[in-house]
Amino acid sequence: MKSRLITLANAVAVFAALLAIWQLILWIFRVPPYMLPSPWAVARAVGTRFPSLVAALAITTAEAGGGLIASVALGVVIALMFAQSRWVRRMLYPYTILLQTVPVVAIAPLILMWVGAGMTAVGLIAFIISLAPVIANTTQGLISVEENLVHLFLMHNASPDQLLFKLRLPHAVPSLFVGIRIASGISVIGAITGELYAGSSRVGQGGLGYSILYASSQLQTDYLFALVLAATVLGFGFFFLVMFLEWYFLHRWHESARSPEAE
Amino acid sequence: MTADFAVPQVEFAGVSKSYGGRVVLDGVDLCVAKGDFVTLIGPSGCGKSTVLKLISGLTATDSGTVRVDGMTPRNARQTISYIFQDATLLPWRTVGQNVGLGLELEGGAAKQRDEKTAALLDLVGLSHVAKAFPRELSGGMKMRVSIARALATSPRLLLMDEPFAALDEMARDRLNEELLRLREERKWTAVFVTHSVAEAVFLSARIMVLAPNPGRVHAALTVDLPWPRTAALRTSPEFESLVARVSHALREALTS
Repeated sequence: MKSRLITLANAVAVFAALLAIWQLILWIFRVPPYMLPSPWAVARAVGTRFPSLVAALAITTAEAGGGLIASVALGVVIALMFAQSRWVRRMLYPYTILLQTVPVVAIAPLILMWVGAGMTAVGLIAFIISLAPVIANTTQGLISVEENLVHLFLMHNASPDQLLFKLRLPHAVPSLFVGIRIASGISVIGAITGELYAGSSRVGQGGLGYSILYASSQLQTDYLFALVLAATVLGFGFFFLVMFLEWYFLHRWHESARSPEAE
Repeated sequence: MTADFAVPQVEFAGVSKSYGGRVVLDGVDLCVAKGDFVTLIGPSGCGKSTVLKLISGLTATDSGTVRVDGMTPRNARQTISYIFQDATLLPWRTVGQNVGLGLELEGGAAKQRDEKTAALLDLVGLSHVAKAFPRELSGGMKMRVSIARALATSPRLLLMDEPFAALDEMARDRLNEELLRLREERKWTAVFVTHSVAEAVFLSARIMVLAPNPGRVHAALTVDLPWPRTAALRTSPEFESLVARVSHALREALTS
């Protein structure tokens, strides 16, 4: 308890020091506010534009979250297919790696062309770029079951369904979470980057990425900083949510399960 | 418990098996009677584990036949339990759920399964950790869970592949005694694989010494020590002379 208070105090001290340095730079170099706003100006921007900030955050959260949920659902299904047949795996696995190397900026214009700007397009982009790690890690977990465990099941005349649902799938859960953790990070990046290209300008549909673009074009640098702050909060939120789920499902039995506090 | 030699439970007739061009077993004849406790001992590469895999039908012979209870191994699986070198517990299941795994896979009623599981946990002295997860247990306790799981399906034949090899000597000796106690109670036939001569002598009614390259039966010894066997037996001169005989046969097998 005491050491946790010290850790917290350290974090607060570092934060305060960073703010102080920031403010000092502004004073010493006389930086104009449209280049670098003061910490105070950013805080004020958060306060005065809170409703639009929250609205943008909500939209990006929905896009990234929707994309992530879809990639987990489809990724698990594809991984199950891969695990059933070595042949299918050999034939299709290279495309998973291909999927992993596709840059968002390259596919965003295509998606924009196909489905038009808006939340669907951005969600689709988040989905596409977060799919590969889910497939790769889940497949690995499904096929890396110890041979003796398979033998044990065979000795009890286990059906293919039992082998899958009572052995391979639970065995793959820790690897699945590794995949989700990676995917959650890139789904947020994908959504924000996607919005730069395919975000909607319609009222009530512009997410963080779109708003960042808009704020920079208007030289509303203080609001731009507030938006970046919100994007960071979103990334952290996703990370901690996944960490919590992982802890919740694994902490009782898995050797490497970590508590959220330990991270 | 004595073996009934009129009723063979496992029969090998001229069994050969190769893996990738290497002959692992060459023309092995073997008969395990009902109620027998046969230990296979021999240097690495003599095909001890392969014998167990053939009895269980996890691998097929290249030539020769294997019969279990007069059936093909695959058809006899219902009557066989296999205990592996590591405890092979499912880490996401509690101790109780692990013990009940075989019954669950074979599709028994849940209530009956719970009763059997509870009885077996009691038998191996692990009732107090029924709700614990495997990672919370010591190596010896994990192995006891593995044994309880194997016994849960009431097997007539128990195959054990160096089950206590990873344990320290104290835990191993204790589990040896426990295994014999369980056998008195449950009356299964056993085929046991080990590297330890003392363990082989303590547990077995018969010991088959295998020679390597290719794997074959070098010598068969009968262990005529009295039952039930207790810890005190280990220090008796009869025990020690048998250990010396088996060790000698093992050395012969290596150089033959």
